[in-house]
Amino acid sequence: MSRTLSAPVTFAFDYTRSTGPVLGRFLTGLRDGVVVGGRTSEGRVVVPPPEFDPVTHQAMEDFVEVADTGTVTSWSWVPEPVKGQPLDRPFAFALVLLDGADAPLLHALDAGSPDAVSTGMRVRIRWAVQRQGAITDIECYEPADESAPADESAPGSEPVTGVVTPVSLDYVYAASPEESAFYRGLAQGRILGQRCPACGKVYVPPRSACPADGTPTTDEVELSETGTITTFCIVNVPFLGQRITPPYVSAYVLLDGADIAILHLILDVPADEVHMGMRVKAVWKPREEWGTTIENISHFAPTGEPDADYDTYKHHL
Amino acid sequence: MRDVAVVGFAQRQMAEFDGSPTCVELLVPLFAECYEQTGWTRQDVGFWCSGSSDYLAGRSFSFVQAVDAIGVIPPVNESHVEMDLAWAMYEAWVKIQTGEVDTALVYAFGKSSAGVLRRTLALQLEPYTMTPLWPDTVSLAGLQARAGIDAGLWDERAMAEVAQRSLTDAEKNEYAVRQGGSSVEDLLARPMYADPLRKHDCAPVTDGAAALVLAASDKAREVRERPAWISGLAHYVDPMSMGTRDLTRAPSAHRAAQALDLDGVEVAELHAPFSHQELVLRRELGLADDVAINPSGGALVSNPMFSAGGIRVGEAARRIWDGEAGKAVAHATSGPALMQNLLCTVEGRA
Repeated sequence: MSRTLSAPVTFAFDYTRSTGPVLGRFLTGLRDGVVVGGRTSEGRVVVPPPEFDPVTHQAMEDFVEVADTGTVTSWSWVPEPVKGQPLDRPFAFALVLLDGADAPLLHALDAGSPDAVSTGMRVRIRWAVQRQGAITDIECYEPADESAPADESAPGSEPVTGVVTPVSLDYVYAASPEESAFYRGLAQGRILGQRCPACGKVYVPPRSACPADGTPTTDEVELSETGTITTFCIVNVPFLGQRITPPYVSAYVLLDGADIAILHLILDVPADEVHMGMRVKAVWKPREEWGTTIENISHFAPTGEPDADYDTYKHHL
Repeated sequence: MRDVAVVGFAQRQMAEFDGSPTCVELLVPLFAECYEQTGWTRQDVGFWCSGSSDYLAGRSFSFVQAVDAIGVIPPVNESHVEMDLAWAMYEAWVKIQTGEVDTALVYAFGKSSAGVLRRTLALQLEPYTMTPLWPDTVSLAGLQARAGIDAGLWDERAMAEVAQRSLTDAEKNEYAVRQGGSSVEDLLARPMYADPLRKHDCAPVTDGAAALVLAASDKAREVRERPAWISGLAHYVDPMSMGTRDLTRAPSAHRAAQALDLDGVEVAELHAPFSHQELVLRRELGLADDVAINPSGGALVSNPMFSAGGIRVGEAARRIWDGEAGKAVAHATSGPALMQNLLCTVEGRA
């Protein structure tokens, strides 16, 4: 058995950015099948155009159209493409000096094999069929000896002012050894914490070190499944990904014997009756649904006991 | 200027860390080593600064979780950089210069193996015209290597010689992920990976963490008989675009070298994650032929993200403490193809 539990997790977010006038001009050009560079104060045509002149720091205003054919100035073979790259088969990343430009533009080169690529080779842009004003409107470069299909798309009317870049990252996320013990305990219907040998505080879920004094928390403690609500929030606002219909109560539950509260749901009671000091108990899902997850506990529900004395939880607020 | 020295160093490097990406369980023993080296407790540390990235950890505020390893009652003076340990050290050095604190413990961590590192690093690129293409780290380095080969500045043999020396030196480094030299001929006989790079030209994906301890004047002398005094620190940046700079050069490294006094340097620990980058750096720093380059094996054999640059400082400092060298230079890089370069000289004083 591995020391830790792990699971795949994907984080994704679409970054939405305004382009400003210079990158907007460049991306508008790409949408319309034209590569636009900027002429710097030194007379160099740079693609993509820099927003500000590298020498004078003046805003770039001198735009120049360059060709969609050019020469490879450097290249590197990509034997194992990663997700999101322009091509999903081996290709080359290449710096290409487009005819009329003085600085090369980075993009993928679809060449089949590294033997087919060389510095100095002539290439042309393969335009994407659907274009929206993004660097990916260039599908890739291709050897210039291949005949180019006629570009039949019509120029758009509105300038490009924004760009959306979807970013998605895949991880294998590992729980710490202490968290792994906690989740393995849940799979057996037990709630496990750990006690700091220095200050005696009990943490649940257990942490790799006591946040108060930095000491590894080595002593395992099995906790009660009853506890006290220390604070709570009534969720009235719907949000993306919400699993329960509002209103519902999200609360900190201080399990008996623990020094830190856990966040969980309070159900089986009208939301407006939930209060600080209320005694609650874990309600477990049917055993056949259990896994190594906190979701084994469906929610917490009132025990019906009298409220806990304020002094018993005042240090945990 | 206050005299500040490196007086503590601890590291862990491994191909795959079987633990959480917040690395708390990796940091606790590192800090313990630092306390042992200095004779301090955590209360003796005036300032803490960490280097890490949530993109690497795959969770938000991972550096806050890492603070667990310090223990924050009573509260600590703490900061964070989304940069390598070497930059966390720079911040701590500045903090000590302000006179506000006399001591600092800086640390960094990263579990590179949790995701696809060469892909994740595309997020550090220009977001409009680069990141959407997901140019991976290896490809960008390959473009740089090819530029130098085409220009006749180096060749595959010169790159293999760097790898061979690094792999051989790594045999003496218990933390190195790759070890064991063979011969330049053997390395050249291996297949291309990302033409023009072979696998041994590229640093291995490495998990790990490291910590450095800094102290001012008398505090440093209390800890070490021969502290590694920081005699110079410089950091410069080149443009990010791959198209507008001469990839065979690292002007920012050259400028950092010009800002420091490298005369008399006996050891250079260079953060070169690709073999040809060591060749670029040697040229930009103008290092003499008798300077020992990367006696630790360098980043080519072990390159934990966010720690590897600072580990160069620690490796350089260690040689000052031991009396092996009188003066050493450590280098850290960040960004694609040697975009950012930091240099730090450390010296022993009689």
